[in-house]
Amino acid sequence: MNVTDARRRRDRRRALRASLLALASTVVVFGVLAWIVVNAPGWPAVQSSFLDGQVFAAALPGIVAAFFVNIQLFVAAEILVLIFGLVIAILRSVPGPVFFPVRLVATLYADIFRALPGLLVIFVLGFGIPGLGLVDPKTPPILYGILALTLVYSAYVSEVYRAGIESVHPSQDAAARSLGLSRWQSLRHVVVPQAVRRVVPPLLNDFIGLQKDTVLVSSIGVVEIFRTAQIKQAAAFNFTPYMAVALVFVVVTIPLARFTDVLIARDRRQAAGGRR
Amino acid sequence: MTSSPAPIPALQIEGLEKSFGSLLVLRGIDLDVAEHEVVCLIGASGSGKSTLLRCINLIEPIDAGRIVIEGEEITALDVDVDRIRRRIGIVFQAYNLFPHMSVLDNIALAPRKVLRTPRAEAEAAATRLLDRFGLADKRLDYPDRLSGGQQQRVAIIRALAMQPDLLLLDEVTSALDPELVAEVLGVIRELAAGGMTMLIATHEMGFAREIADRVCFLDQGVICESGPPDQVFSDPREPRTRQFLQRIIDAGRL
Repeated sequence: MNVTDARRRRDRRRALRASLLALASTVVVFGVLAWIVVNAPGWPAVQSSFLDGQVFAAALPGIVAAFFVNIQLFVAAEILVLIFGLVIAILRSVPGPVFFPVRLVATLYADIFRALPGLLVIFVLGFGIPGLGLVDPKTPPILYGILALTLVYSAYVSEVYRAGIESVHPSQDAAARSLGLSRWQSLRHVVVPQAVRRVVPPLLNDFIGLQKDTVLVSSIGVVEIFRTAQIKQAAAFNFTPYMAVALVFVVVTIPLARFTDVLIARDRRQAAGGRR
Repeated sequence: MTSSPAPIPALQIEGLEKSFGSLLVLRGIDLDVAEHEVVCLIGASGSGKSTLLRCINLIEPIDAGRIVIEGEEITALDVDVDRIRRRIGIVFQAYNLFPHMSVLDNIALAPRKVLRTPRAEAEAAATRLLDRFGLADKRLDYPDRLSGGQQQRVAIIRALAMQPDLLLLDEVTSALDPELVAEVLGVIRELAAGGMTMLIATHEMGFAREIADRVCFLDQGVICESGPPDQVFSDPREPRTRQFLQRIIDAGRL
């Protein structure tokens, strides 16, 4: 037997031992935690009110069906946020003293809507706009929810875009301008396309937050997943429907989070590959 | 302006001054470049070569003096900067290609957006230029797939696509590995043969000597000596030019 084979066998043994150790420590840690919870004095009561299998099975179809309202909310809001956030970021980046008021308004908008709690914005718009008497009182409240989420998340996303725009090296703009492109053309064709590519991962991160915040829209009378769970909880005197909601969000969000990781890893590889 | 029988120079610079904060970089540059003339700017790092080129392309605002392109003062306060830049091409040391566009799009972008050339026409013109400089097979590649020499050639072609009256080259070989310098110099040589008016800042003394109609030695923000390359390199009049060239010779670069 030669040295290479011996080395390979040794490496394999080490890898196996590492895996077994990881498995053992995981089993021990989670075993101890589970033992503590299960032996807590209130565990039987908590188990029956949060983890009732029958209630879970009965609630799940209705919960999943109600989630389609949340999907409508976040898909509509995400599309609007992508556009509006970019508009705000560009308005904040417009150079020249004439455009100071534009920059001021865009900056104030981003500051204020990042400061305000999302729930508050949903309340104010959901109850305030109908109160003005300018729009059809039968306007479905989900539209106010979409509007509120768009306003709140566009403020965050505009900052993400802006960071992307500022990360594009000034020499790119100089090259574009030296070819005779105007400021706007340089922004439109050279700077923004590069910025958008760079900010996809942090943008997806904000979208994970947006998806979860769709439950806040339940507060203005939209019967979405969380309100549905509340109704089922009240009917069954049991909190298990909330666990079904938790499961739905976990199932939807984790793939998106992993996808974001993949994109970040790809960007890092490209950066390491010497992309300018 | 009095009428004069001599043709209007492609580029006239008079008393150009430029400072960054308290640092005076250019202190009174006077320089004329005739049409089809190739002028090389030599001088140590920090002597103001790059700044001079950036001022001519209106990237840097000037403090005093004036720059005139074919009789039009481009440093006038009411001038349309974008219109002037269309007539002056500049190529940078770091290429500055657009990484998110193919080679073809890099070249066709400005003709399409600035000159409003239809896409097909702009791309055909870009392809012809790429063909002329031996890069036709790279037309659909992205810049990061090209060598430094190829990227710099594309950058030169990108500037040429706007059919500028004047081409400014700012140390275009300084970022390249030695074996890639020749291909870029070859492109410039061909442009000179084709009559392109060029102002070239360079550290490649042998090349400057070969290609230039005139060499200007910049030192401490002024043109210290100017003349035909053979005279400046073989028989420099100014002690500072001699000193500079001696350092270059000692470094084995001439």
